Amino acid sequence: MRPTPSRLLNILVPVKRAVDYAVKIRVNSSQTGVDLNVKHSMNPFDEIAVEEAVRLREKHKSDIKSIKAFTIGPPKSVETLRTALAMGADSAVHVELPESAPSPEPLSVAKAIRSYIGKQESEGGVDVVILGKQSIDDDLGQTGQMLAGLLGWGQATYASKVELDLGKKEALVTREIDGGHEEVRVKLPMVVTTDLRLNEPRYASLPNIMKAKKKPVEKLKPEDLGVDFTPIIETLKVSEPPKRVGGGKVESVDELVEKLKEHGFTAV
Amino acid sequence: MLSRTLRGCISSRRFFSSLNSVSDSDVAHFSKILSPSSVISSLPPISASPDDLSIYNNDWMGKYRGKSTTVLKPKSTEEVSEIVRWCYDKRIPIVPQGGNTGLVGGSVPLEDEVILSLANMSKVRSFDPVSGILVADAGCILQSLTDYVAPYDHIMPIDLGAKGSCQIGGNVSTNAGGLRLLRYGSLHGSVLGLEVVLPDGTILDQLTSLRKDNTGYDLKQLFIGAEGTLGVITGVSILTAAAPQASNNVILALPHFDNVVPLFKVVKRQLSEILSAFEFIDRTAYELAVKHGQGRALSEEEVEGAQCFVLVETSGGRREHDEEKLNNLLETLLDADKPLINTGVMAQNPAQFSSLWALREGVTEAISKEGKAYKYDISVPAALFKEVVDITRDHLRSKGLLHDDAVKYVLGYGHVGDGNLHLNIVANSYSPEIQAALEPFVYELVGNFTSRISLSRTRYRCNEDTCSTLLQDRSEHCSDEKDKGALRSSGYHEPREGFGVLGSMS
Ligand SMILES: Cc1cc2nc3c(=O)[nH]c(=O)nc-3n(C[C@H](O)[C@H](O)[C@H](O)COP(=O)(O)OP(=O)(O)OC[C@H]3O[C@@H](n4cnc5c(N)ncnc54)[C@H](O)[C@@H]3O)c2cc1C
Repeated sequence: MRPTPSRLLNILVPVKRAVDYAVKIRVNSSQTGVDLNVKHSMNPFDEIAVEEAVRLREKHKSDIKSIKAFTIGPPKSVETLRTALAMGADSAVHVELPESAPSPEPLSVAKAIRSYIGKQESEGGVDVVILGKQSIDDDLGQTGQMLAGLLGWGQATYASKVELDLGKKEALVTREIDGGHEEVRVKLPMVVTTDLRLNEPRYASLPNIMKAKKKPVEKLKPEDLGVDFTPIIETLKVSEPPKRVGGGKVESVDELVEKLKEHGFTAV
Repeated sequence: MLSRTLRGCISSRRFFSSLNSVSDSDVAHFSKILSPSSVISSLPPISASPDDLSIYNNDWMGKYRGKSTTVLKPKSTEEVSEIVRWCYDKRIPIVPQGGNTGLVGGSVPLEDEVILSLANMSKVRSFDPVSGILVADAGCILQSLTDYVAPYDHIMPIDLGAKGSCQIGGNVSTNAGGLRLLRYGSLHGSVLGLEVVLPDGTILDQLTSLRKDNTGYDLKQLFIGAEGTLGVITGVSILTAAAPQASNNVILALPHFDNVVPLFKVVKRQLSEILSAFEFIDRTAYELAVKHGQGRALSEEEVEGAQCFVLVETSGGRREHDEEKLNNLLETLLDADKPLINTGVMAQNPAQFSSLWALREGVTEAISKEGKAYKYDISVPAALFKEVVDITRDHLRSKGLLHDDAVKYVLGYGHVGDGNLHLNIVANSYSPEIQAALEPFVYELVGNFTSRISLSRTRYRCNEDTCSTLLQDRSEHCSDEKDKGALRSSGYHEPREGFGVLGSMS
């Protein structure tokens, strides 16, 4: 029996362009943040999110009606969207910020996503949002939870396995928690945040990279979503941790004891 | 391959009978002139356990095994000179040893020669960020030199899978090619000067740090690729390159090997100055790399119907420019009427970039995990890569040696740009039958191509005449050699013996 249209799912995957994890970051000279003039790529957890959406499509075929990638960021963020499209997303949305704009904070990002989802109502809505559990640049790890809160949806965070039951309109998600795993059943619509073990993202194939160039990218301005991205957190100063000083070698036990005393350690 | 040929030709018994083993009194002398940590010997007065010597006596593949009693690890050129002079006077043969990654048994003793390890000579002497000229002790590990120049936005002109262990002195001594040769040329161009201790202990200082030096003979060239036969390299002056600001890579899946050369032409034309590597991996090599976890595999769809793969790397000064060029190339390749490629993948971030490289660089390691390898590093035009592999495989099959208990795989990978093929025969274990089936077969095979195609050379760069003569010599000598048992079953004797010869001759 062919599924009825109402069962078709729309997946939204918010992604972020971040300093690549392989880059050795350096504090900028004005101590307001890190030097951003370095290699950027898609936040690794978001890559896992895109991969998961594409795998769900591969499993559930045409029951997944659309996979849309969504990003907020400077003009170059469109490259991140192209990667998502090359991996298998169908279309993308770019909420464009000026080049020099400060990085948006989780709350405003969550509000923007909510606002965008609201606008999608007329086009069949969004059933599942899959996003990274955190972004490796600010490590805040709050966006998914805030979004679920704002929407009043169920949430399954730190997912290491996602199984959809389209008939029942729910999902069984395995979460990574301290000391083990936890399985949760979540009603759709829902928010999933990805953990490292969920999957291993694929390479973008050349034909898909070519196709991605022709896929639509919708451009929006912050005003279109009615969200103000001005930070509400003030950064006072960013500095590097103190350099580690190497240890020294001692020749004898006596010398060791001497050294320990010198540094204020005494026998009890 | 010259070295192997020589090894086969010289009867080790005859050779070593004119030389001396290290004695207790030699060790006592070495202990006097060197610091305690520089002498490892199973002889008194040191009396170290043979275990302490085993990493020096065994090669990277566990194929070659020496019986040396004494490893010396000098800390300065003067110390090297003193050791060499002593050995020269006492007629004690020496094996210089770098990172011991050489794969052809050249860095481990045949018998009980002194092992002269350069590991303790690992200081950078100078680096000029303007000219990019680096002067370093020969024992510096390639990776550490790469790391040293990185903050100055420079890279070493040489890169290879063994970078974490091999030393710059070893690289020069083997004239290693590697992954960047296509872009930065051979060490004959990038090495600007050398400091060498000659067999009688004389220190030859050719450590110029001038890019252009037209004063007289260019002696250093003799030591590049000499495998320690002419002296011990103690210092290297090398030209490093400005680090590329952007790098990309792709792996292309090819339906047929015949497409490799036409593909190389297209890629070279379209990418021109940003092309930095064009590496060939046959299907078997690819499967082994994947099997042993060297980098993430392509999807089944992508590898379907692929006979071989090519890794293309670009390095350039501006990302947008490079990406545009690369994208144009890929479009041309995909849209062609008769496509040369089935499909391919492109790295989207540095992690994937490394992962794609690992599929190529990891082949060597994967092979060592799979079994025991017979390795031939040969230079033939790229168009013949597959033929060499196929002929070798057929030959082994005809000898009844191609099955799970003997030879499991015959495979090839290598540098298309340099016409350098790594022919690998992966066996269950090393055996005299396989050995006999492969040699002199492989040498003759390459020799045949040598006479057929004027450009081809065997690995050790003798000219064609010498090469074929040597090949003939080898068969003549070895066929009537009664005491073959005196040779190691491998039959490989490196020309470093020449060092001993030189030492005892003059
Ligand atoms: C994983 C892997 C990948 C490789 N990839 C490549 C490749 O792409 N291209 C390529 O050309 N080779 C390759 N090789 C082989 C390569 O030649 C060696 O890895 C490297 O160049 C040898 O350096 P080493 O310091 O380990 O020298 P060793 O193995 O220690 O020595 C090699 C020879 O040089 C002599 N020698 C060493 N140091 C000195 C010195 N200071 N003075 C005089 N003689 C010396 C030794 O006596 C010996 O004959 C690879 C090897 C491995 C294990």
